[in-house]
Amino acid sequence: MKKTLGTLAGVAAIALSAHASAETTLTIATVNNGDMIRMQKLTDDFTSKNPDIKLNWVTLEENVLRQKVTTDIATKGGQFDVLTIGTYEVPIWAKKGWLVPLDKLEADATYDAGDIMPAIRTAVSYDKKLYAAPFYGESSMIMYRTDLFKKAGLTMPEKPTWDFIRDAAAKITDKAHETYGICLRGKAGWGENIALITTVANAFGARWFNEEWKPEFDGPEWKNALSFYVDMMKNSGPPGASANGFNENLALFNAGKCGMWIDATVAASFVTNPKDSKVAADVGFAHAPCEVTCKGANWLWAWNLAIPAGSQKTEAAEKFIGWATSKDYLALVASKEGWANVPPGTRTSLYENADYLTAAPFALPTLDAINSADPVDSTAKPKPYVGVQFAAIPEFQGIGTTVGQQFSAALAGSSTVDQALEQAQQSTLREMTKAGYIK
Amino acid sequence: MATRQSTFLGRILAAPSILVLFLWMIVPLGMTIWFSLLRYNLLDPGNESFIGALNYEYFLTDPAFFTALGNTLLLVGSVLLITIVGGILVALLMDQPIFGQGVVRLFIIAPFFVMPTVSALVWKNLLMHPVSGLFAWIATSLGFQPVDWFSNAPLFSVILIVAWQWLPFAALILLTALQSLDGEQKEAAQMDGVGPFSFFFYIVLPHLARAITVVILIETIFLLSVFAEIFVTTGGGPGLATTNIAFLVYAQALLQYDVGGASAGGIVAVVLANIVAAFMVRLIGKNLEA
Amino acid sequence: MAVYSVRRQVTMTILAWIVGLAIFFPILWMVLTSFKTELDAFSTPPQFLFFHWTLENYAEVQERSHYFHHALNSIILSFGSTLVALLFAIPAAWGMAFSPTKRTRSTLLWMLSTKMMPPVGVLVPIYLIFRDLGMLDSRFGLIMVLFLGNLPIVVWMLYTYFKEIPRDILEAARMDGATIGKEIIYILAPMAIPGIASTVLLNVILAWNEAFWTLNLTTSEAAPLTTFIASYSSPEGLFWAKLSAASTLAIAPIMVLGWFSQKQLVRGLTFGAVK
Repeated sequence: MKKTLGTLAGVAAIALSAHASAETTLTIATVNNGDMIRMQKLTDDFTSKNPDIKLNWVTLEENVLRQKVTTDIATKGGQFDVLTIGTYEVPIWAKKGWLVPLDKLEADATYDAGDIMPAIRTAVSYDKKLYAAPFYGESSMIMYRTDLFKKAGLTMPEKPTWDFIRDAAAKITDKAHETYGICLRGKAGWGENIALITTVANAFGARWFNEEWKPEFDGPEWKNALSFYVDMMKNSGPPGASANGFNENLALFNAGKCGMWIDATVAASFVTNPKDSKVAADVGFAHAPCEVTCKGANWLWAWNLAIPAGSQKTEAAEKFIGWATSKDYLALVASKEGWANVPPGTRTSLYENADYLTAAPFALPTLDAINSADPVDSTAKPKPYVGVQFAAIPEFQGIGTTVGQQFSAALAGSSTVDQALEQAQQSTLREMTKAGYIK
Repeated sequence: MATRQSTFLGRILAAPSILVLFLWMIVPLGMTIWFSLLRYNLLDPGNESFIGALNYEYFLTDPAFFTALGNTLLLVGSVLLITIVGGILVALLMDQPIFGQGVVRLFIIAPFFVMPTVSALVWKNLLMHPVSGLFAWIATSLGFQPVDWFSNAPLFSVILIVAWQWLPFAALILLTALQSLDGEQKEAAQMDGVGPFSFFFYIVLPHLARAITVVILIETIFLLSVFAEIFVTTGGGPGLATTNIAFLVYAQALLQYDVGGASAGGIVAVVLANIVAAFMVRLIGKNLEA
Repeated sequence: MAVYSVRRQVTMTILAWIVGLAIFFPILWMVLTSFKTELDAFSTPPQFLFFHWTLENYAEVQERSHYFHHALNSIILSFGSTLVALLFAIPAAWGMAFSPTKRTRSTLLWMLSTKMMPPVGVLVPIYLIFRDLGMLDSRFGLIMVLFLGNLPIVVWMLYTYFKEIPRDILEAARMDGATIGKEIIYILAPMAIPGIASTVLLNVILAWNEAFWTLNLTTSEAAPLTTFIASYSSPEGLFWAKLSAASTLAIAPIMVLGWFSQKQLVRGLTFGAVK
C-alpha cells in the first residue's frame, strides 16, 4: 500500500514538475506502429543533445490519431506541436495553409533533403515546398512462399501479371491443409480494401474519376478488375477474407496459411522475422502484379512528421523533425537495434548502404517498388487527382469507405459484382455532386 | 399530498440538475441545429454557407439511411432479447443454492468491465476468426466446417459480441429482483403443487416485469449508439450489413468531416431516439409507476 | 428429500460453473494471451496452458507507457465525475421523489433521452466550446463531460431508491422539527446508502469504460486508460499479445473494485425494480 502511495505521489510530482520548469515541451502525436515506438524509446538521444526541449509523446492507433489530429488542426485547437500524418493529408493540408513549410530543413546541407527518395519527396511537397518530413515510406509488393512455389513447380517472374498470380494461387491452394493461395485485404475501409483494390483496378486500366470528376465504376475496367479480385479470392482465398485487413493477413501469412500476400512493403520485415513468423526462412518478394498496365500497380504511402501552422514552438519542432528523419537517426537505430529495424523507404542513401542491404533481404524489392510508384501519373488514362491508392481530396475518406463496404459485400457474396459497382457509382456520384465537383 | 411548500422545495432541489442538463443539451443541440443548416466541411473552414435543409435531404435520401435504421432497430431488439432471456436463465441458475456462488458470480459480472474496443478485438481475432480463431479450431476438431462469422452472419456476430457485454448487466438486475421474491410465496406454491413451469410463468415472470422494463430502458440508451464493436470488426460492411445510424453519422463526421451532414444526422438520430423513447414509454411506462 | 436436494445442488453447481466459465472465457483467454509470445498468440491449434509463458508483453507495456499516470487519471475521472453527479443528483432525486409534480416522470425521461444522441454528432460543437474555454486535455473539463453524461442515470437510480423510503418516517421526522438538511443526513442517507453505493459503482464503471470523449478531448495530461489502450490496438504488425497485456492492466483495477464490492452492486442494482 505504501509503495502504491509512493508511486502515486511520484506520478503527481512528475506531473507537477512538468509545469514548473521553463523548458519547451513538444507534444508529439504519433501512430503506434513499430518504427514510431522505437523512436519514442530513443527519446534520450534527442533530449541529451537538446536539454532545453522536453518530449511529450501521444501514441495512438491510426484511426484515433487521424480523427484527433484532424479535428484539432481544423478547429485550431493547438494541442499538438508535431503531427504524424500520411501522404494523403499532406497535400490537402498544405493547400489549406495548415502546415508550416520546412524551409530550414530543406535548405540544410547536413539534413540533405536531396537524399529523400524522389517519389516520396513529391508526395510530401506542395507547390515545390517540403511540408512534411517522411519518417518511413512504403509501397506494395508480392510476398510469397518460396517453398510452396517450389513444391508446385512454379517460378515467380520478376514482374508477374495478375493472370499468373491467379493461376499460381489456384495451384498452391490446399484447403484441406488450410493453405490458401492468396491472401488480400477485404475489410471495408478507405485505408483497407480500397487501397489494395485500387491498385488492382489501376493495373486493369481503371481510374477513380475521369477528368470531369465523374466516377467510372460503370466502365468495363472496374468491372474486369473487381470480378477478377472477387473470383480469385473465392477460389483461392482464405475464409473470412471480407473481414481481413493488414493485420489479419499478416497473422495468416506468419502462421503459414498463405501462399502469396500482396501488401505493404513494411510487412516484409515482419514476415522475415523468426520471432514473429513461422515461415521467416521461406519468403520471396516480387513486384506487385501488372495487367494491362504497370502504372499504379503498387501504392505509395509514407508516415511523415509535420508542424501545424500557428504553433508557438516551430523552432523546437523543426529541430526535432530534423533529428527524427535524419541520416544520423537511421545510424542510431542501427547501432541500438540492428540495421534490419531501421525505418525504411525514405532515404536513397540507406539503399546504398551495404550493411543495410545485407541485413534486410527485402531492401531492394522495397526500393524498386517505391521508385516505380508515381502518385501523379498512376493510371492508364489521365486523371484529375493525385495519389495512387487514394485521391487526395478531402471527400475521399468518406467515399472510399462507402465504396469499400460495397466491395466487401461483393467479396462476402452478399451482393454481386454488378450490384456493388452500381451502388458504388451511385453513392460516389451523389457525394461528388454534393461536394460541388460535378456541376 | 405534497404541500405547496414542499413542491416548491422539490423544484428548487431539482433545478440545478435540470439546469445543467438543459444547458448540456441545448448548447450543443443549438449549435448542432445551426451547423446542420450550413454547408460546413471541417476541412474547409471559413467557407461555411447557409444551405437550408439540404443536409437533411441528403442524409434522409441516402440509400444507406433506411438500411442503417433497420440495422439499428434489429441490433437493439436482438441484443435486448438475448440479454433478457439469457439474463433470466442465468439469474434463475444463480438463484439456486450452488457451491462457489461468489466465484461464479464474479465470472458472470466480468464482461461488463471490458472496454468495447478490447472485447471486439478479442472476439474478432482470437475467437471468431475463421482460420485461426478458437471457434474455428473447435469446429474443425469436431469435423465441421468453421463458420465464417463476419462474412456470412456479420450483423449476428456483432449482436453476439454486444450481447455478451450486456448480459451481465441484465443478469444482475434480474437476479436482484428474483432474490426479492418472497420465500413464503415459493413455499406456498410448492404446497399447492404448482409445477415449476406454471410457477415461473404465473409468479416469477410477473414479479420480474419491472426489472425487465428497467433493463430495456437502460440498455436501449446505450445500444442505440453502439459503434466501437462495428468499427473494429467489420467497418460497417460487408455492404451495409452492419452499418447502423451511429456508424453512418461517424462516417459523415470523421471520414467526410462533413460537419453539416453529421449534424443533420445527429439531429435525425435524436428525433428517432425520442420516437423510440416515446414508444417505449407507452409500451412499458406503466411498469415504471410505483 | 435430502438426497434429492444434494443431487440437485450438485447438478446446479456444475451447470452454473459451465455457464459462468463460458461467459468468462473470452476474458480468461485474453489474460492467457497476454502471457504468450506474439507468434503463440496466433498459432493453430490454440495452446491453452502449455505454451512458453512470458512476461515480455508486460515488460514492453511498462517500458512504453506511463501506466500509473493513466490509471490515476481513470480513477480521478471516474470517481470525480460520479461524486459531482451525486452532488447534483441527490437533491434532484429527493425533490422528485418526495414532492413529485405532474411533469416529474417526463422530466426524468427527458433527462435519459439526452443520452441518446450519438456523441460523434456533437463532437465538433463540443470541441469548439472546450477549445474556447481552454478545457481541452484538462481533467476538470473531462469530469464535467462525464458527469453530465452520467447525471441522468444517477438521478434516475437515486429517484427510484428514494421513492421506496416510506414517507411516514419523513413525516414523523418533520413533526419532530427536523430541518431538510437533518432529514437528508440523518434519516434519508442511512436508508439510501445501499442504493447510493451501487449507483456510485455502476457509474464509476460506465465512466471508466467511456471511450469517445475521453479519447477525443484529451492528449496526455488528462488521458485515462482508454488512451493507453488506443496506443496498443491495431498497429501495423502483430499486436494481440501486447494488446491483451495492456487490456488486462486496464481492466484490472475496475475488475478488482467490482469484485470486492459485488455484494453492494448486486444488492443495490434494482433501479426500483423491486418492491
